[in-house]
Amino acid sequence: MDIGIVFTALFVAFNCGILGVFLMLRKMAMVGDAISHSVLPGIVIAYLIAGTRASFPMLIGAAAMGLITTVLIEFLTKKARLQNDASIGISFTWLFAIGVILIAVFTKGGIDLDQECVLYGDIAYVNLDKIIVDGNLYLGPRAMWNQIPVFVLISVVILFGFRGWQITTFNPDYAASMGISVSRWHYLLMSMVSLVTVMAFEAVGAILVVGFMIIPPATAYLINSKLKMVIVLTLVFATLSVLLGYRLAIYFNGSIAGGMISVAGIIFFVIWCLQQMVKKLLVARSDENVGGWLVQENKIIR
Amino acid sequence: MGDINDFLDFVLLREPNIVYVVVGTLLIGASSGLIGTFAFLKKTSLLGDAISHSALPGVCLAFMYMQEKNAIFLLLGSFVSGWIATLLVEWISRRTKLKNDTAIALILSFFFGVGIFLLTIIQNGGQAAQSGLNNFLVGKAAAIQRFDIYIFSGVALLIIFFVVTFYRPLKIMVFDRDYALSIGLPVRILEFLLNSAIVLAIAVGIQAVGVILMAALLISPAAAARFWTYKLSRLLVIAASIGAFSGWFGAFVSYTAPDMPTGPWIVTSLSVFAIGSAFFAPGSGMISRIKLQQSNSRKMLSENILKSLFQILEGRDANSHDWIKKSTLFEHRFFDRIKFQKGIRTLDKKHFIIIDGDKIRLTKQGWAESKRIVRLHRLWELYLYEKMNLAADHIHPNAETMEHILTPELEKILIKELDYPEKDPHQSKIPE
Repeated sequence: MDIGIVFTALFVAFNCGILGVFLMLRKMAMVGDAISHSVLPGIVIAYLIAGTRASFPMLIGAAAMGLITTVLIEFLTKKARLQNDASIGISFTWLFAIGVILIAVFTKGGIDLDQECVLYGDIAYVNLDKIIVDGNLYLGPRAMWNQIPVFVLISVVILFGFRGWQITTFNPDYAASMGISVSRWHYLLMSMVSLVTVMAFEAVGAILVVGFMIIPPATAYLINSKLKMVIVLTLVFATLSVLLGYRLAIYFNGSIAGGMISVAGIIFFVIWCLQQMVKKLLVARSDENVGGWLVQENKIIR
Repeated sequence: MGDINDFLDFVLLREPNIVYVVVGTLLIGASSGLIGTFAFLKKTSLLGDAISHSALPGVCLAFMYMQEKNAIFLLLGSFVSGWIATLLVEWISRRTKLKNDTAIALILSFFFGVGIFLLTIIQNGGQAAQSGLNNFLVGKAAAIQRFDIYIFSGVALLIIFFVVTFYRPLKIMVFDRDYALSIGLPVRILEFLLNSAIVLAIAVGIQAVGVILMAALLISPAAAARFWTYKLSRLLVIAASIGAFSGWFGAFVSYTAPDMPTGPWIVTSLSVFAIGSAFFAPGSGMISRIKLQQSNSRKMLSENILKSLFQILEGRDANSHDWIKKSTLFEHRFFDRIKFQKGIRTLDKKHFIIIDGDKIRLTKQGWAESKRIVRLHRLWELYLYEKMNLAADHIHPNAETMEHILTPELEKILIKELDYPEKDPHQSKIPE
């Protein structure tokens, strides 16, 4: 197993997963999807200006694009009175299209950023760029060291603002009535989502970022509703997906990121099926023992 | 970009290959625009995004099975996996506590991940060069062949036939599902057919636009058309035309500049239509709405100035053509200074007032107009007081709004209804 690749993927999955929990709970899964598509033109433009990947201007450019997307969606919904789903759909397809066009225009100029990289990343090549100190002390691939500060940043922001995140996520009206600026938290989350997308983009590509953002949190949320537990379970499922997905990709000689997302999805469906089976068992038992009140309740809940 | 010859070649359809590409993209654009309108009205356009991403594994599996790019099998593959995705999204959002948008994002990324995984396996297997499956990601209309055209035409005709045949039941179902159920329409069958048509349109459309951007071909034409009309039949025609034009435009760019993928240019054209309409469409476009707002607030302002002039004169028991100082007006009622200047200029233009330095005088028409506004205000107050049984100290704010809205016809009815009154609830005289 290649430790460099696996650890890079792990941190990508952690960063995406933690933010994904909040996106999912705030009913903004598709906004996350939109942002992950629309940072592309920002990345390309910043790349053209700075000339390298994963540089500071690239981060700024892409983070700006993320915010522009959110603002554009809000503008179309509120000012132009377009229905929300259409606003999201138009915004991200357009920005992504501009990104692909920019790449096509400048590929002739020999920029080292191709469609394949945009679409499914090149995590397999992270080892080409290693950090080596003093000529022999190997510290791992640069991509991994790019992910670690982001992970630290997210952890700090989430841990220190935990109460705030909790309250603005589950009861924004109450939060607003307490004088908390809900929109400030919203934009903080959106900025972090853009940041994570840009950082992860290189490793796994624009679209699979969404997979890491939504699938592990959704799996976790299936079996638990407590915020802390959902985050912990998300990290567990993310780890499982990365490790098994890596194996799968090596075995079939396919895209590593694609393999990881496939496994994440399979885990979701396995957990879902197990849950259904357990529910059926419980219902059957309660039928015999306590007169089936659980069945009744089950029906009412549905 | 290519030279003028390429341009003429394309526009004049000089080569048979161009004919295929043009006809193909026109049909794809029109049929997606048409069926996308229903998805848009049902507010399920993002489901279309999930379905189109989900077509990728189907395409790959079909290719792996056939070992060649057989258009029918690729279409079948994407149709089947698109349908599976639709069902899974529906199941997940109905049977778990996950919300609909989470279910969509989940299925979208899972299927796309599997698709990418399969695609890379095919590519690493060494057949990438001849397969050209990459074109399914961002679209390549130039790859459309003669054989494909037959299929596209078939599908497009099928979709048009479906929409025309079931136009009325579809209309009822899309706008009011409960009503459709209550009058005994086979809603579930219709929904099944509609979903199939959407999946089919997507399965065909991804050939030109690619799976990632296909959603735009469903959403944007309808979103753009919505700003121009509220009538479903016109909506469908406009959406289909915008879709067809954008499809043609994308093919055109990609023909004259062969390095360009088609999809992004189709989407750019669509987005320009949609966002342009959001701004510039008469009626529901933003600019015309803002203009309407401004003209309304101008009207209200000048009417308020006239009303204040009347009330001042009434209080003094003075002649209707007496001069009034502007400062007196400001004491009587709060006006924003800058807006006030604009307001009296409008009134001056309409010959309602005469301005002399810091003094204002009503003209004959101005006097009549000011009486009309005060009359409406007081009539409405009386109506609220007598007929709606509201307290006398609660009726003023509502009358402040209604005085600008009431039409002469309503005024006549009010007067009759209130039996030709003389005084309002505050015992002020209602002017003739």
